[in-house]
Amino acid sequence: MTANPRPFWSPLSAGIALGLALLLTFVITGNGLGASGFVTRLAAQVSAWIAPTATAQNAYFGPFIQAGAPLASWITWEVIGVVIGAFLGSRSAGRISVKVERGREVTRTQRFAYAFGGGLLVGFGSRLARGCTSGLGLSGGATLAVAGFVFLIGFFAAGFLVSMMFRRIWQ
Amino acid sequence: MTIPFYDYGIPGGLLTGLLFGFALEAAGFGSPRKLTGQFTLKDFSVFKVMFTAVLVAAIGLYLLRLAGLMTAQSVFVPTLYFWAILAGGLLIGAGFAVGGYCPGTSLVGLASGRIDALVFVAGMVAGVIVFAQLFGPLTDFYFAAQGPEGQRLTDLLGMPEWLILAVLVVVAAGGFALGSRLEKARGGPFTAEEVCAPEEPDGRAGYASQPAE
Repeated sequence: MTANPRPFWSPLSAGIALGLALLLTFVITGNGLGASGFVTRLAAQVSAWIAPTATAQNAYFGPFIQAGAPLASWITWEVIGVVIGAFLGSRSAGRISVKVERGREVTRTQRFAYAFGGGLLVGFGSRLARGCTSGLGLSGGATLAVAGFVFLIGFFAAGFLVSMMFRRIWQ
Repeated sequence: MTIPFYDYGIPGGLLTGLLFGFALEAAGFGSPRKLTGQFTLKDFSVFKVMFTAVLVAAIGLYLLRLAGLMTAQSVFVPTLYFWAILAGGLLIGAGFAVGGYCPGTSLVGLASGRIDALVFVAGMVAGVIVFAQLFGPLTDFYFAAQGPEGQRLTDLLGMPEWLILAVLVVVAAGGFALGSRLEKARGGPFTAEEVCAPEEPDGRAGYASQPAE
């Protein structure tokens, strides 16, 4: 929390850096970058802690449990890398800001409710779509997958529509 | 040399994740106000950064194939399940507008100090558990309207890849120009100083008693 955080990179520079990171990921693994795959495994693990038998019998979580520890996967290491990279970047640029980020007209409690509700929709949506903004939008888009572009159309359409309805959240 | 290496080792995972997180943070994507500014047209960073990254990687993959370093079928291409992917995209767009993050950016928010990002992650975990409970009745919808395996825009449109890439570059350039004009008209884009400023006490809802962080 320094008084003078360094400016963000220009969208073009940050986009090129992100694109090169994505290209490197394709070269190393044959797959793109992801994020919701980790959340799925985390949810399977949390569910297994709460209700082991029901989770093992669940049609969606079952295969993750039967394969062993759900979190023992490449994507877990990638996500640990994301957290380290974002932490080191924001720290070196003085951009760590410990707070509840919200619009002026929204209280902390309201912000937490919106964050949880939004997370709920995103978690559910990412399982329905089989991916998220990273795995389908970014990585799928880079392979010119039709699935990636269908996802992006839905993402931007709903984003604009819902944002108009909930404009006061971020004002 | 054969590319890709199909290496799923820990060092590669950590390295690619580290670069991913660093680039997202440098773009300003740890801030939910900057992210959602896309949908109020005040900040076009989401569109600009995503479109640039998609094109850099897509052109890179195209050149690797053109140079004979990579074969056509060697990287994973997701298959379309039209209704599930469209509905999932709509839900993620809606959740992003309300909650302020997507899965990847919530981790970046968390790593740069946002407490609300932790609540968002908890919401996502709950959302996945709800999905798993409803998976039975949702199965038909989940697999409905399946497209051809790993279908790409080149297959769908019957156009050569260089032409599709060229069209996308033109669309991106247009989006950059339009976006910059719109964000300036609305006093954007958000700067690092604005989004890293200490949390303001909330006047309207009687937050004055709480010290700003």
